[in-house]
Amino acid sequence: MPEAMLELKNVVVRYGGIEAVRGISINVSQGEFLTLIGGNGAGKSTTLRTISGVKKLAEGEIYFEGERIDALPSHEIVEMGLSQVPEGRHIFPRMSVRENLSMGAFSRKGGKALSEDFDRVFELFAVLKEREKQMGGTLSGGEQQMLAVGRALMSHPRLLMLDEPSMGLAPLFVEKIFDLLRKVHEQGTTILLVEQNAQVALQIADRGYVLETGEIVLEDDADKLLTNDQVRKAYLGEG
Amino acid sequence: MEFFSNFVDQFWPQTRNGLTLGSIYAMIALGYTMVYGVLQLINFAHSEVFMVSTFTTLFAYRDWFNVVAPASGVGLLVLLMGGLIPAMIFSAVLAVLIERFAYRPLRKRGAPRLSFLISAIGASFFIQYLFVLMDGQHSLIFFDLPNIAGPSPQTVPTVMETSTVFTVFDTPFSNKRVIVILAAALMLFVLDRFVRQTKMGRGIRAVAQDAEAASMMGVDINRVIVVTFAVGGLMAGAAGFLYILVLGVPAFWFIGFLPGIKAFTAAVLGGIGNIRGAMVGGLLLGLVEAYSVPLFGAEWTDVTAFVVLVLVLLFRPTGIMGEEVGS
Ligand SMILES: Nc1ncnc2c1ncn2[C@@H]1O[C@H](COP(=O)(O)OP(=O)(O)OP(=O)(O)O)[C@@H](O)[C@H]1O
Ligand SMILES: [Mg+2]
Repeated sequence: MPEAMLELKNVVVRYGGIEAVRGISINVSQGEFLTLIGGNGAGKSTTLRTISGVKKLAEGEIYFEGERIDALPSHEIVEMGLSQVPEGRHIFPRMSVRENLSMGAFSRKGGKALSEDFDRVFELFAVLKEREKQMGGTLSGGEQQMLAVGRALMSHPRLLMLDEPSMGLAPLFVEKIFDLLRKVHEQGTTILLVEQNAQVALQIADRGYVLETGEIVLEDDADKLLTNDQVRKAYLGEG
Repeated sequence: MEFFSNFVDQFWPQTRNGLTLGSIYAMIALGYTMVYGVLQLINFAHSEVFMVSTFTTLFAYRDWFNVVAPASGVGLLVLLMGGLIPAMIFSAVLAVLIERFAYRPLRKRGAPRLSFLISAIGASFFIQYLFVLMDGQHSLIFFDLPNIAGPSPQTVPTVMETSTVFTVFDTPFSNKRVIVILAAALMLFVLDRFVRQTKMGRGIRAVAQDAEAASMMGVDINRVIVVTFAVGGLMAGAAGFLYILVLGVPAFWFIGFLPGIKAFTAAVLGGIGNIRGAMVGGLLLGLVEAYSVPLFGAEWTDVTAFVVLVLVLLFRPTGIMGEEVGS
């Protein structure tokens, strides 16, 4: 087994007295497309926020490419090549689409976004090109989601984490976002996708973890999870 | 009708006065509004950042340059820079120290809003009374406080003679006013470019609009906060220097109070958190105060300023330009 690109070891995260994540261990290998599924309040966002360093863990360790990152400030973690599309988009409302995208390149040397980076994002999302000068806050929800994904791509992450990118999107857009993720993955980016939409997530991913009330209850290849009875009952609305 | 003829007679001179004072308010107001942008906190100790610059100017002229008579030519230029630059630096340093000791510890522990407010007021009093005690006769444990301030106002040596540079609409503009207006315009312009076009400026705006998203983009929030306090300090420092220069008032431990409150008012008037709003609010407040002199008499300026604030907020609760934090 190759050395893990990202490794969480017995991570515990608390909000005050509440334990939101209860000692989980997760491995993501280089080049993998991994998904983390689970219901409301399972601790998925907390896990991603902890990996990004926005929330500090209470116990456990996190390694990225062999280096311990759980005590690092989040801006240093981003600089190492670990980007996140946060839950709820978090677009900068009073920056133009273009400026939002250039914020994605903030962690790069000199913080300059290159024109080919803009071109790449605009090629993926033509609508963003049309709205280049519009303020982020005035975009529709779907457009904001595309902007959030495009912004994360601007940093050329080696590991891209996405927290429910399909939330609130029309089916057409969901398909578009997932097509895009497939493309980004093929180009060599490792992906960790958090989804409530387990069906779609498991179809696209190589492997998955199932999180329930802060604990990993299942871990398997995605196609096996898709046919797993427990998963089908709980997350695929079957049985 | 005397009321109106007074106003008409004094319209241009008061416009001039209003712009002068207003540009000083605008420079102080930026510090309030930028800090509010990144921390959602009113830094009430900002008036002391202004105050320190007046003492720095005093110290520079009295103790470093030993100014005894007004200068001219190159000598004057050296004196102006020799007062302005240290004033800006010391104010910026104090602003950063305030952040480091009055706010950062609270921030680290996730303290509630009210704690920040109390800490702000505490820092303000601490600095004021520290200056009262800096009269060369007090020591703090084993450390003798220098003789810089003290309880009474300290006259700052005059470095330049006042003279008229030009006259428009029968209104003479003195060399000092011209310096104040040009310097303020230049600094406001540079600040605007800094915030809009530099990487750090984008970081500041990003933190103001969405701090968590900013840190996920790789913005170092602590650094942004320090820079924001420093930039606000540089502006307040320059404002203090110009205030002393144009008004010829003495340095005083309480000198920051009114300009500070007025600049805070200006920031709210323009829309707290809105950088261009602070500039507009400052100029507007300066003009309102100036126009109130012929209308109601000089003793009414402070009352007028705050009545205008209340009226504006009644009709536009988020200020003239809106509370567009980080825009
Ligand atoms: N800032 C917070 N303060 C206190 N509790 C929190 C905070 N954020 C999350 N929690 C709690 O932690 C638990 C996990 O929340 P989290 O947001 O990680 O879940 P999630 O799996 O992302 O859910 P969803 O699918 O609804 O987004 C929940 O019980 C939640 O109430
Ligand atoms: Mg979530």
